[in-house]
Amino acid sequence: MKEEIIIAGFGGQGVLSMGKILAYAGLMNDLEVTWMPAYGPEQRGGTANVTVILSDSPISSPVLNSYDTAVILNQQSLDKFESKVKPGGTLIYDPYSIHHAPTRTDIHIYTVDAMEASFELKSSKTYNMVLLGALLKVRDLVPVDAVMKGLKKTLPERHHHLLPLNKEAILKGMELPRRSN
Amino acid sequence: MEDEVRLMKGNEAIAHAAVRYGVDGYFGYPITPQSEILETLEELMPWQTTGMVVLQAESEVAAINMVYGGAATGKACMTSSSSPGVSLKQEGISYIAAGELPALIINCMRGGPGLGTIQPSQADYFQATKGGGHGDYHLIVLAPSSVQEMADFVGLGFDLAFKYRNPVMMLADGIVGQMMEKVVLPPQRPRRTDEEIALQCPWAVTGRPDSRKPNVMTTLELDPVAMERNNIRLQETYSLIAANEVRFEEHETDDCEYLIMAFGSVARICQKAMEEARAQGIKVGILRPITLWPFPSDEVNRLSKKVKAILVVELNAGQMIEDVRLSLDQRIPVHHFGRMGGIVMDPDEVLEALKKIM
Repeated sequence: MKEEIIIAGFGGQGVLSMGKILAYAGLMNDLEVTWMPAYGPEQRGGTANVTVILSDSPISSPVLNSYDTAVILNQQSLDKFESKVKPGGTLIYDPYSIHHAPTRTDIHIYTVDAMEASFELKSSKTYNMVLLGALLKVRDLVPVDAVMKGLKKTLPERHHHLLPLNKEAILKGMELPRRSN
Repeated sequence: MEDEVRLMKGNEAIAHAAVRYGVDGYFGYPITPQSEILETLEELMPWQTTGMVVLQAESEVAAINMVYGGAATGKACMTSSSSPGVSLKQEGISYIAAGELPALIINCMRGGPGLGTIQPSQADYFQATKGGGHGDYHLIVLAPSSVQEMADFVGLGFDLAFKYRNPVMMLADGIVGQMMEKVVLPPQRPRRTDEEIALQCPWAVTGRPDSRKPNVMTTLELDPVAMERNNIRLQETYSLIAANEVRFEEHETDDCEYLIMAFGSVARICQKAMEEARAQGIKVGILRPITLWPFPSDEVNRLSKKVKAILVVELNAGQMIEDVRLSLDQRIPVHHFGRMGGIVMDPDEVLEALKKIM
């Protein structure tokens, strides 16, 4: 098993931490993992993306030119990464901030109304967890239990009271992916 | 839980490894992309456990001179920075080398020249391996390509620094500094006691007992005859290091017709390109120098006898390629592929460059 994933959006949307939680979940599941961030000097508003590789064998390059799966959070990232999904791969995006939908026909494309779901959960900070849930539904990478263990590892203890809300967001996200092509 | 597998950034692994090695002092000044080293040390608060000093100095120049002072007393001292900050440290590094003092200096390289960019680069190869500061000196230069090596080379670096009384540089880059991977940290060791230091470092300036003459630490020697003698002694040390401490790693070199040479994280990118090339029937191997100084010249020369050409891949305009060329005793084509200014090549670009030289 080897899954090469790109998660891309704006800084502040939780792109890097979503990747981190996924990487930790891989670690909990005895997989080899790399987490490779790319971002500008801004903490918020600039572009941010992270490459996560989960594999049952040693990983060579942390830098990739194509991906099995892309999770896309804004238009710029869609423009940049749609063409870099491998044929037969998967693209997951939130249509909330997308004006020009993806057009490829040789990949599996799913929409996820994650922004709306995070409003319903009354916490915009759950946005990335909703998307993570959707990713896990579409791609059977790691069990939700491993993700929760990973979340517990990455979240400082003072925020552990938020674990149930995050789990709710992940489970909600698992209901949302809609095949759009 | 000593050998627990953890997930962390290369920079964080350096900080953890430093505490566990029993380092006495870290002196630094923040700069992207290596600030997590200082930040993680501040979080770990080792002054409460091992007694390690962690200090954010007022500048890079102050930090390297604190290392110089600490090293003169036989303590295991280190500093870290990124390219522009390491330029500021060069005077101090030259003094530490001249003083024949052990120390670990980490450069997590970013794009230059000048203030440059915060994205990864390998453009400080010349600076690290050819001096950097003034005078005839060499650092032992280690180039990590994984988070595990970021942790392991802290211990290796200090071991070599004390063995040869010579500063060691870990030449990392923004990729290994910022990426997260699995790592197993070394076991916790106690810091050396003053008695152990007095025993193991008879040269150290530790306060003179009545039984011996004072130890003097100076790099000033106005008598040219004596200064040449100092230089000759340094060169003898470098010869010894060159004979004993060359380190490298090879992938698929047994049957290769083409050789890729790359160091640090770029060697990993090349490995993926190699996997793809091999799948297409191209017989290519990789030689990754782990010590950039001393450089694995003999191994480069040996492999050059059986390949048609060498491709040197670096995140710069062509620096290590000079040492590759100097290693050869016969002429074979040596090509370079590089990206600059913080742009990182992807495996496809390496494969394309390889096909161009075939």
